[in-house]
Amino acid sequence: MSQMLAVKTENLGRVYQIKRKRGESGPTTLVALEGVNLEVRQGELFGLLGPNGAGKTTLIKILTTLLTPTSGRAFVDGIDVVENPQEVRRRINMVSGGETCGYGLLTVEENLWMFTQFYGLDFKTARERIQYMLEVVGLADRAKTKVYHLSTGMKQKMNFARGFLNDPQILFLDEPTLGLDVQTSRILRDFVKRWVRERPGKTILLTTHYMVEADELCDRVAIIDQGRILACDTPANLKKRLQGASVFKLQTTPLDTLEHFKQLPGVTQFAGHRRNGHTELNFILEDENALVKVLDAVQAKGGHLLSLEKREPTLEDVFIHLVGRGLSDEESPPERIL
Amino acid sequence: MATQVLQRETWRESLRSLKVATWLGWQIESNWTDPFLFAVYSLIKPIAGAMILVVMYLVVSGGQTGNPIFPYIYLGNAFYIYVGSVLMGISYAIIDDREHYGVLKYIYVSPIQVYFYLLGRGVARTLTGTIAVIITLAFGVVVFKLPVNFLAMNHALFWPVFLIGLVGLALIGILLAGVTLITARHNYFIGEAVAGALYLLCGAVFPLDVLPKFLQYIGLGLPMTYWLEGLRRAMLGTSASPLLAPFSNETILIILFSSTLLVGLISLSFYRWCERRAKEKGLIDMQTMY
Ligand SMILES: Nc1ncnc2c1ncn2[C@@H]1O[C@H](COP(=O)(O)OP(=O)(O)OP(=O)(O)O)[C@@H](O)[C@H]1O
Ligand SMILES: [Mg+2]
Repeated sequence: MSQMLAVKTENLGRVYQIKRKRGESGPTTLVALEGVNLEVRQGELFGLLGPNGAGKTTLIKILTTLLTPTSGRAFVDGIDVVENPQEVRRRINMVSGGETCGYGLLTVEENLWMFTQFYGLDFKTARERIQYMLEVVGLADRAKTKVYHLSTGMKQKMNFARGFLNDPQILFLDEPTLGLDVQTSRILRDFVKRWVRERPGKTILLTTHYMVEADELCDRVAIIDQGRILACDTPANLKKRLQGASVFKLQTTPLDTLEHFKQLPGVTQFAGHRRNGHTELNFILEDENALVKVLDAVQAKGGHLLSLEKREPTLEDVFIHLVGRGLSDEESPPERIL
Repeated sequence: MATQVLQRETWRESLRSLKVATWLGWQIESNWTDPFLFAVYSLIKPIAGAMILVVMYLVVSGGQTGNPIFPYIYLGNAFYIYVGSVLMGISYAIIDDREHYGVLKYIYVSPIQVYFYLLGRGVARTLTGTIAVIITLAFGVVVFKLPVNFLAMNHALFWPVFLIGLVGLALIGILLAGVTLITARHNYFIGEAVAGALYLLCGAVFPLDVLPKFLQYIGLGLPMTYWLEGLRRAMLGTSASPLLAPFSNETILIILFSSTLLVGLISLSFYRWCERRAKEKGLIDMQTMY
């Protein structure tokens, strides 16, 4: 096996058994991952981009030895995660965002200190790293605060700091910025990028459903949906797949039905959202000429054009192209401010 | 060579896990903002629990503390404080970490040695339990004229029995931690529940002789039976159980040791099995929402 791979999966699969009460119908199993073959190189900041329920967390749990796969194999730093979990744990760490954890009755500092001790750091190194990470996440003035007096976001920041304490060889970040404010998210993203750049050989596997996070942060991105990897490449190469295609964003007065836009000639992909007060239409067109048909169709539905924008393809467009729907839910647009 | 390095690493991890978990357990246990509440919860509650039966006996017997059954009951109840606190201390760590603090998965992602981690989490309760036991015993000697002389008792029997018994309890605690790991819901007091269930079976209150035959056999299979018997013999010089009387002190010690060893083997492999189940079912980071 190649020494240079930080993570490698071979036909990895995971099926969950779902408990059903008597009388309830529906399937009793759920395929969360299927035939996943992934190779993350050492030193890479690798992104796993996918919508809710795609299987991102499931994959992270398997790689961090918390969950057994139901088929296939997975290696972290060349070590089989099922056969030798302890050896894997010596080299990794993991942070999952959007949740709060920590011993409420200990202070921030004590919580972090405890983990440095599980990793066997000497006191001096432990102190320095804790201090450094608290400054990174902006909790330095809260070091002596008990965790149950922290806000949800602060707890999440503390957990983020915990992930870096042991200077892991491979770090797994499961939606690390989920639920954090825009400014904090940016700070953490910058730090993640810096951390991996300044430490040759260290690897980060990051999951996200924020397009920008994958695009601006990651060396390579795998797009995952419904438990399958659909594409895996650098963001630039992924976007090149849409080269020649024209990507348009239209805003119109509210339209009732959006279905027929998909069927228009020259439309490769279409996604539409109703926003308060207007309708947003995103098209990937074979070429610009198809736009005329689109505008006709808007008019035919009684809509008026509010704005029209031609964009460079984004990862989200690639995603729509591959999956046939948007990354985000209908209502909540992905965070675009960075 | 490589395996030697690995083994040394494993030992370091074990020691660290034990140390940090002990520290953590103590932080959690002693983290009462009100020392009065701490005293009530950690000391008065177990002492009161131990005294209930003593008081009942005194009422029923009309205050006869001279009957040999009285010190039998008294010591049994005093030391039984340990059973509840050690079993709870260890098995509850899983619930604490997973459900209350949401950290079990992060602990499981770090290179801990889980048995030592769990043992460490039980140390704090064992310490508060020890204080409660000492107070109960002192109270017995002073108020009820319990015929125990701490200086003149059979130390050569007492200490091995005492320590092996505690280790045995800790091992059963690990077994219960395994049960907790795979049955997250409604399992909050498994430690105390099991302690309660074993209470009658291991001769804490009255000699096994009064139990129906088949329950006697269960009792004879429990390390705690020999633990309590050994402690009584060491402290009182005699035993009030005709069933156990034929066993010499050495035999009691040997049976205690081997049954503890057996329980240990069962507990540790059972915990590993539970851990595997938990990983298969994705239970290590499950949080039961209420
Ligand atoms: N313990 C479980 N039991 C049953 N099904 C589960 C369990 N955990 C996850 N699933 C299912 O597996 C699928 C993948 O879930 P997973 O949490 O991996 O998705 P995700 O990509 O992390 O999504 P999100 O962006 O919402 O975090 C989902 O359909 C989910 O319902
Ligand atoms: Mg997830």
